Amino acid sequence: MRRKKRDGRERKSLSHRQLVWRHFKRHRPALVGLVILTLLYVMIALAGFVAPNNPTERFSGRRYSPPQPIHFVDADGRFHIVPFVYRVSGELNRTTFQYEYVEDTSRIYPIHLFVRGAEYRLFGLFTTNVHLFGVGTEIPFLPLGTDQLGRCLLSRIIFGSRISLTIGFLGTAISLFLGLLLGGVSGYYGGVLDTTIQRFTEIVRSIPTLPLWMALSAALPQTWSTVTTFFALVAILSLLGWTELARVVRGKFISLREEDFVMAAKACGASETRIIAFHLVPNFMSYVLVSITLSIPAMILGETALSFLGIGLRPPVISWGVLLQQAQNFQTVALYPWLLLPSLFVVVAVLAFNVVGDGLRDAADPHSIRR
Amino acid sequence: MGSYLLGRAVYALVAIFIISVVSFVLIQAPPGDYLTSQLTRLQASGRRLDDATVERMKEQYGLDKPIYVQYGRWIAQMFRGNFGQSLYYNYSVLRLLGDYMPMTIILALITLVFIYVLSIPIGIFTAVKQYSVFDYLFTVLGFIGLSVPNFVLALVVMFFFYKTFGISIGGLFSLEYADAAWSWAKFVDLVHHLWAPVIVVGIAGTAGIIRVIRAAMLDELGKDYMQVARAKGLSEFRLLMKYPVRVALNPILSTVGWQLPNIIGGFVIAGIVLNLPIIGPVLLNALTAQDMYLAGAIVLLLSVMTVLGTILSDVTLAIADPRIRYY
Repeated sequence: MRRKKRDGRERKSLSHRQLVWRHFKRHRPALVGLVILTLLYVMIALAGFVAPNNPTERFSGRRYSPPQPIHFVDADGRFHIVPFVYRVSGELNRTTFQYEYVEDTSRIYPIHLFVRGAEYRLFGLFTTNVHLFGVGTEIPFLPLGTDQLGRCLLSRIIFGSRISLTIGFLGTAISLFLGLLLGGVSGYYGGVLDTTIQRFTEIVRSIPTLPLWMALSAALPQTWSTVTTFFALVAILSLLGWTELARVVRGKFISLREEDFVMAAKACGASETRIIAFHLVPNFMSYVLVSITLSIPAMILGETALSFLGIGLRPPVISWGVLLQQAQNFQTVALYPWLLLPSLFVVVAVLAFNVVGDGLRDAADPHSIRR
Repeated sequence: MGSYLLGRAVYALVAIFIISVVSFVLIQAPPGDYLTSQLTRLQASGRRLDDATVERMKEQYGLDKPIYVQYGRWIAQMFRGNFGQSLYYNYSVLRLLGDYMPMTIILALITLVFIYVLSIPIGIFTAVKQYSVFDYLFTVLGFIGLSVPNFVLALVVMFFFYKTFGISIGGLFSLEYADAAWSWAKFVDLVHHLWAPVIVVGIAGTAGIIRVIRAAMLDELGKDYMQVARAKGLSEFRLLMKYPVRVALNPILSTVGWQLPNIIGGFVIAGIVLNLPIIGPVLLNALTAQDMYLAGAIVLLLSVMTVLGTILSDVTLAIADPRIRYY
């Protein structure tokens, strides 16, 4: 490998994509971010399998139950290789009106992989009851505690990620389409068309994002089905997101359209579509990718904020923002701090996207010499 | 320069016009118009309404006219200082704006100062000492600052202070000062409450600007003129202040106008969690209660502020950076 790298000719033979990947790999945090994102999206696909419980099942007598402690050392001081939990039972304290939970240390319940539990449908195709981890059906296993209705918080967070993490993707897809179209037309043709689109973009940019998002999502009829509301919210989030993409695409089009290789292609009689699709777009795809990875977290945060305020998605839909609705004031948080746990997932996902975006930005232009 | 200013002014007017149309559409969008809600309210309070009264009210609000006439009326009324009536608060919209906007703007200005005072020195420092411990520390902190939603930060800060010191840090004033007239004691009380919202809302902006300044500084630091100036014997500090810092501040100038409305936007959610007497919670209440005259006015006001801010930035930048061509 070492010799290959030193050999100038060998290096030149790398394609643009390989060069980008090579630069990206040097950015350690970005690589970690990419791994985290991959895991998160695998988790989405296998939500029913990864989640230990059914996200809508209410465990009676376990309302507002704190995260179930996972032990390695039992009551007699013996160490177990396999982590285990105890049966937890709770009762209402008549003076404070809080549920109090105690562990019954008489019997241990080891946590196993691939245990049978609640039934679910995988990929919407077949029904199964095998879960990634759990303690079986004898006692409830609630590793992150429960909400006010006694539902498993971990399972709800895992199922919530399906909405929270796809809303950014869908929204960005629409933003991308608008941004490529308007930015491309603006940059490629120039002239009056360019000026008009630029003025339009500036006006859209001058609308304050959050108040408009709030106003639009509050205007959604309450009677709409959850699916319709979801797609309406996607549209609202993407409505203002395309301007940054349009700006990047336009800038790249302007700087590239005068390049020699475009002239050459034109002289060879290539059609406009061909020039755009095969000569221009591949040259700035990495920049577009950077903009995408940086706009997805903004949309994830947008969904979380709107749902938190109660004007985005509403229960029974499960999303991270909807879950955080329960942590509306700090009195609740002071009593049941684990209700803030969904925000940890928000932060990790957003952080991962930001770091990957940052790494991509550094790698986007692998031909430039950097200090 | 004169024609440049004129061009920007025309653009601003067009932008404000379009935004006002959007705001008006928002007012009209929810099912049930202003009149219907007004009527239900009157009926709920036990007043019986005959058809003639309903017709008269329809005419009064212009609801029998086509939509562009209604829009025209709304704007015309606004120029006369009549923003309509808030159903939810039962006050005129103008009075509510007068009650809440000054504190909102003061809070936003303080946050703005906080952001710049913190981020500019840190941005310069991390660029000069690239790859030092401080650089890595602030890069990590910056990423976290950009990733934590500010309402979560607000909840965590409140939770932390409640658990460790047993005090509640919500609101802007302690109970005894909330309705009191302004005095030195009230001012001191305000200062004690101010830091939490300022930090909660300012942290994301600070993180963003540190990164912008650091990147701009790094672009400048390697340039040949630095070497020349050093060769001429300029001290390192004066050299930094005289050339690269001035260039690195340009991207800051070009966004200074957006910052204020952005911060106000950030305060919408943080204001609700921290229970602040500012415009954010009012906007949310207006939206959830479908009090659309109030909501429309607030959205319009915030948008107009953004447009004016953008122009302010453009002009400042045009004056400060001689390389900008105006057209």
